[in-house]
Amino acid sequence: MIALQQAAPVPDPLSVPSNAPEHCPGTESELAGKADACAGCANQEICASGQTKGPDPALPLIRQRMSTVKRKILVLSGKGGVGKSTFTAQLGWAFAADEHLQTGIMDVDICGPSIPTILGIATEQVHSSSSGWSPVYVQDNLGVMSVGFMLPSSTDAVMWRGPKKNGLISQFLKDVDWGELDYLVIDTPPGTSDEHLSVVQYLKESGIDGAVVITTPQEVALQDVRREIDFCKKVGINVLGLVENMSGFVCPSCRNESQIFKPSTGGGRRLAQDMGVDFLGAVPLDPRIGKSADYGISFLDEYPDSPAGTAYLGIIDKIKQKLGD
Amino acid sequence: MAAAEDTPVARRLRGVKHIIIVCSGKGGVGKSSVSTQLALSLRASSPTARVGVLDVDLTGPSIPRMLGLDGHSVHQSSDGWVPVYADGSEARLACMSVGFLLKKKEDSVVWRGPKKNAMIRQFLSDVRWEELDYLVIDTPPGTSDEHLSLVEHMAPVHSRLSAVLVTTPQAVALMDAMKCLSFTRTTSIPVLGLIENMSGYVCPCCGEISNVFSTGGGEEMARREGLRFLGSLPVDTELVSLLDATEPESLGSVERLADGGSVRSFQLLERYQNTSTAPLFQAIVDKVVQALSGDDSHMNAAI
Repeated sequence: MIALQQAAPVPDPLSVPSNAPEHCPGTESELAGKADACAGCANQEICASGQTKGPDPALPLIRQRMSTVKRKILVLSGKGGVGKSTFTAQLGWAFAADEHLQTGIMDVDICGPSIPTILGIATEQVHSSSSGWSPVYVQDNLGVMSVGFMLPSSTDAVMWRGPKKNGLISQFLKDVDWGELDYLVIDTPPGTSDEHLSVVQYLKESGIDGAVVITTPQEVALQDVRREIDFCKKVGINVLGLVENMSGFVCPSCRNESQIFKPSTGGGRRLAQDMGVDFLGAVPLDPRIGKSADYGISFLDEYPDSPAGTAYLGIIDKIKQKLGD
Repeated sequence: MAAAEDTPVARRLRGVKHIIIVCSGKGGVGKSSVSTQLALSLRASSPTARVGVLDVDLTGPSIPRMLGLDGHSVHQSSDGWVPVYADGSEARLACMSVGFLLKKKEDSVVWRGPKKNAMIRQFLSDVRWEELDYLVIDTPPGTSDEHLSLVEHMAPVHSRLSAVLVTTPQAVALMDAMKCLSFTRTTSIPVLGLIENMSGYVCPCCGEISNVFSTGGGEEMARREGLRFLGSLPVDTELVSLLDATEPESLGSVERLADGGSVRSFQLLERYQNTSTAPLFQAIVDKVVQALSGDDSHMNAAI
């Protein structure tokens, strides 16, 4: 495999000063290492030597590492708190339910990693070996990597600007010993910024199989999701489809359904139509989903027959179908 | 934070009395909705209060939609950008967002950090806010470029900065709220208090209260961390619909009211005061105003 590569030490995100150069010209810039802002930066010499101007030296390593990963799926949404991480975890668990399949989950939400908590492995740490960083395993065939495993305390804030986040994402792709994977599900932060661009850039050669876009029914969320789909089109990511989360709420007392987040402009279904992407399904709001996430247990395993569980399974089947698996 | 006192940002914000940053580590907990309500309530707090809302969520601006200002654009004057006034000619509720700069609503802003930094600097140094009693700043989730840029550029006015934290009751959100608190402590911004949003949902059919996202976690966190607990807000579907603005304005009316404000956003203020959340939020605003006026309040938060 990648035997020549030195074992990369697991970084301590807090050891990186949060006051790195304010106006870093970017490592590929003509001014790299020469700008005023570079004075005093620890990496000034490396930048000034010109090493950084060529194509990113990480790219071939990433390509090699990703060559053993069959499917790479992004979970995206312009809006925060719509259920990206919860969906990512469910998708991971559902893939891993087949014990012949190997699944990986990569959490690139650097400032707000939720995946460790949702999967119930918040107290784990990453270990490094000669073949790279070992993912944390939820079960034999489900490995996970997140910045959450590298923080000394869950209350520490990761106050990083873009370039540092990009560096860690590149390491997640080249230094993690994923092994043979059938699926790699990538959970992203909200928005369309550094993390998203970096993932797309780093995986350009290896290819991304597609993106699942998550939304909630109200227009305020749809606005951001429209932008996210526009982003996918701009950078050429195939959108596997749109999932509408928190779609209606069934009162546990009277069993009547009400709309907490009203689809004032037609909800996800209409948006999917307008933007020409597939609508994969709607998952009702079930308080047990959030609770399962807080306790780190799989909602699908606990309540497979609930309406939300059935909806999740239907969506996951459609995703598999679209991937041709 | 040794910065020259006379930066363009400092000059521009000279007439702003209080700057309140609304933040939360997690997305979708209601930062923008809280910012909007904070602005509306502060504006209503006195007949002459002037309030500004600055939306620095560059890749997902929600403020224009919530204030019913979708489709408006910003005008350039010889003395900087003129903010969009949500209350038209009264001009007591000014608003600035990257949403006003986009041509189409589905246009994505795909920017890396340095560009976001430049935009925020422009927002702070080029917008003609004039005299403001309160400037409410809505932030994106996380603790990254936007937040660091804000703190950096506003270093000369640091003494007027304070923050309101928003969370929802689930453990996953509280964890991110803790990160946000750790950010405010590192950058020594006093925290006015914590709001627990989406705390319970009243079934419109039978009145049963369901804790869709659990409950009480925010209050517990405030106690543990020695923060002022500002209050909890249940999910209010009426408010969701109001801020979601069911009826987008026709382009014609936008043009007619091009010099700022619209009839609908006047109604927004009135309609907001009729929601069941408005009185609850009033109590929160009272505490915020109290915290801003009492200097002792800054003490426990700045630790």
